Amino acid sequence: MKKLNNLVIVGNGMVGYKMCEKLIEKKVQDEYNIIVFGGEARPAYDRVHLSEYFSGKSAEDLLMAPANWYKENGITLYLNDPVVKIDREKKTIISSKGQSISYSKLVLATGSSCFIPSIPGIEKDGVIAYRTIEDLDDIKSYAAKSKKGVVIGGGLLGLEAAKALMDLGLETHVVEFAPRLMPRQLDEKGAIMLKEKIESLNISIHLNKNTKSIDGEGKVTKMVFADGSELETDMIVVSAGIKPRDELARESGLEVGPRGGIVVNDLLQTTDPDIYSIGESALYKGMIYGLVAPGYEMADVVANSLAGGSKTFAPYDMSTKLKLIGVDVASFGDPFCSEQEHQHIVYEDKTKGIYKRVNISSCGNYLLGGVLVGDAKDYNMLLQTYKNAIILPPTPEDLILGPRGGAESVGSGVLSLPDAALICSCENVTKGDICSAVTYNNLEDVAGIKKCTKAGTGCGGCVPMLNDLLTATLKASGKEVNKVLCEHFGYSRQEVLAIIKSTGIKTYDELLAKYGSGDGCEVCKPAVASMLASTWNEMILSQDTIQDTNDRFLANIQKGGTYSVVPRIPGGEITPEKLIAIGVIAKKYDLYCKITGGQRIDLFGARVDELPLIWEELIEAGFESGHAYGKSLRTVKSCVGSTWCRFGLHDSVTFAIEIEERYKGLRAPHKLKSAVSGCVRECAEAQGKDFGIIATDKGWNLYVCGNGGAKPQHAKLLASDIDKETCIKYIDRFLMFYIRTAEPLNRTSTWLNKLEGGIEYLKDVIVNDSLGIGEQLEMEMQYMVDTYKCEWKDVVEDPSKRKRFTHFVNSTIADPTIKFQAMRDQKKPVEWGA
Amino acid sequence: MQVTSIETTKWVLVAKEEDVPANGGSCVMYKNEQIAIFNFKKRDEWYATQNMCPHKKQMILSRGMIGDKECEPKVACPYHKKNFSLKTGENLNGEEYSIKTYPIKVEAGNVYIGGLE
Repeated sequence: MKKLNNLVIVGNGMVGYKMCEKLIEKKVQDEYNIIVFGGEARPAYDRVHLSEYFSGKSAEDLLMAPANWYKENGITLYLNDPVVKIDREKKTIISSKGQSISYSKLVLATGSSCFIPSIPGIEKDGVIAYRTIEDLDDIKSYAAKSKKGVVIGGGLLGLEAAKALMDLGLETHVVEFAPRLMPRQLDEKGAIMLKEKIESLNISIHLNKNTKSIDGEGKVTKMVFADGSELETDMIVVSAGIKPRDELARESGLEVGPRGGIVVNDLLQTTDPDIYSIGESALYKGMIYGLVAPGYEMADVVANSLAGGSKTFAPYDMSTKLKLIGVDVASFGDPFCSEQEHQHIVYEDKTKGIYKRVNISSCGNYLLGGVLVGDAKDYNMLLQTYKNAIILPPTPEDLILGPRGGAESVGSGVLSLPDAALICSCENVTKGDICSAVTYNNLEDVAGIKKCTKAGTGCGGCVPMLNDLLTATLKASGKEVNKVLCEHFGYSRQEVLAIIKSTGIKTYDELLAKYGSGDGCEVCKPAVASMLASTWNEMILSQDTIQDTNDRFLANIQKGGTYSVVPRIPGGEITPEKLIAIGVIAKKYDLYCKITGGQRIDLFGARVDELPLIWEELIEAGFESGHAYGKSLRTVKSCVGSTWCRFGLHDSVTFAIEIEERYKGLRAPHKLKSAVSGCVRECAEAQGKDFGIIATDKGWNLYVCGNGGAKPQHAKLLASDIDKETCIKYIDRFLMFYIRTAEPLNRTSTWLNKLEGGIEYLKDVIVNDSLGIGEQLEMEMQYMVDTYKCEWKDVVEDPSKRKRFTHFVNSTIADPTIKFQAMRDQKKPVEWGA
Repeated sequence: MQVTSIETTKWVLVAKEEDVPANGGSCVMYKNEQIAIFNFKKRDEWYATQNMCPHKKQMILSRGMIGDKECEPKVACPYHKKNFSLKTGENLNGEEYSIKTYPIKVEAGNVYIGGLE
């Protein structure tokens, strides 16, 4: 039977070949005549292992499949005959040899060519690209009369080319424009390690080299760089990146990207739906995928679509592991994490030439990506951990270090990290760097560390750790530790709090005038605001300009300048009526809805001017502020408890609600989370909270100072088998003692880790009342409970406070720069700066 | 012929004094420009800068906390605490980007910004 439709594939590289394979697999050849045009003389070959051509493999060995494979599968293959024109109107292609063939579907797998930088002299003899087997033949014959060779390009292919030159017996040099090798895959330190390893094999690496000209009479004899230096050489191999071959698409009017590449959609269709593009010629969501695996995936998507399927392409994981000149190199997930908040752990062994880095989500639970140099045996395990979002152990450094003996492990806090641990991931500063800067430069404050090492100058997330390292290092050298709030207050938080209490000062301005200097800053203002709130419990918006932005607008600021809203849902218990009310309000204001980890509902995408309107309706429906924006009690999570659960010992939900109602609105040095579990199965995860309660057959066990977050830590048992009243008494004391003595922005776990005497001392203070302050702490807490008011109700009812919720003071329009895009039937903000 | 240059700053009325909280900021719109204005009451000074933080290009600086760094008046972006001088717009964290500042004056309870097109 004669098939009517022609399917023409332009390009017979690795991806073009894979396209054929997938079509055969899916029996597409029953419906289409498959016709392939290749520009080279050979059928598709393995470009990834091109350098093996020099270490013994023949061109035939490298073929993906011999020419007769195509024939056997009914595929017409025209080699040495590139397509030169597409006539989209007539749906016909014309080849260089003048063949005119009509198509019903066309696949452009034109791949890429070697990017040749426009350097004067690049045309001289002895300058050869590194891309095709023909190129390799040229390199081979030219190398026979050369002693020294230079590769331009220190990326993946460039290093492959360097290996080729080395195998050919040349004195080999690599010249890279960027300040490091493999800038797309490796971070700075990984690249340094790779460089050292490669240099030990007698390949010279020259970084930061911008080639200005290639000199020589007819043939190359030397290179001249922009910095004035020169390098003599007999030949140059160019491997400075790839350039998508999109000329054909461009000439036939298909959309191409500003920097090249044929624009394709999720089905990999170009702007002409009958023409697809796959592999390195395709530009998908602004990205060219320069690896084989995603190219193969693209071939699969198109074959699937031609076979009637609906599979789409999605952004592809670019993880890779390879051996470069004998050195293991791997990079997976997001190796840099420059765009997302994260922490990372680094292991470096210079003598063995090993560098490992893992990026961990800022909550500490997930692996985001990493880099391995010199030892990639953990790659698969790490890749799996990353891909499957496996929850990390509390000591994620074990991932790359392996578990290390128990006895010496301090187990907690920044002090137990190895010197190589990266503290500031924005500026790449390790614990060792920081501690030695403190010691050798006689630094006395965090500002000094910032100036000297740049640590803490990026996102600032590591500043509390800098503080701890400073304190520990100074302490170790016998110096007095100065823990002043900032340059405006010469007192520690504990001292300032004592001043506030003894003087009765209720405003920041008065405190600054009497006990501080200068005009204040974003460090002392919110710290003092928190202390004033923890002491006097006045509405925080009576001093709105000293509050952090979340507290100032009583909502959580998110990307794009909008806020999210979390109504309080004590214990996670909610009536259908209230659920409906949230749904109605979210719908009315078009808010993105997400269930939080604390059994609440977060509503995102509210403009500042909408906040009072939203809250007016939430309050009307019986909700109160959830304080998700504050350094204050967030939520008391609960399991369903003995009312429903066949295992439950006590009513954990009721207790959770009581506790949440008691401490709601309480401001503290940092956020506070709690949970109540109805039995030892611990479904509420109370041992991961600042204070957690677990039912026992005799009463309740009270745990304190646990947290998830950046460095997860299990809570420690403070008292066991106590009744509810005692439990609340201890929590009152515990929270007030924490508020009194912790440094700003220290969670209870960090506070306990630094508390001299640890949990035993804490037990003494709370349970045995060794300081004799128990009753006072309870009174202070009772005052906070008695003076609680919902901050949002206060705003909604006060027109002068409502007035502040506006973007422009001279216009009623909303911020016109706020933009959203659709995602899974809801909305999300556009990316930073988009 | 001699030409004497005369200062010809054009002032635009953008807000009332009470629209800007003491020791805080507000945002005003002029044509398509968003401008953050700050009432630095502690110093008895007023400042005006672009509203966009150049770090992540967010329209946010008017909601930033103001204060000083070694006596230099500054604003800290609420997103990542990038500090900018209110006087010069200079980035005080030692990074490349800086912000635009505008002349500002307050007369009879009215806030005026100069240097606008």
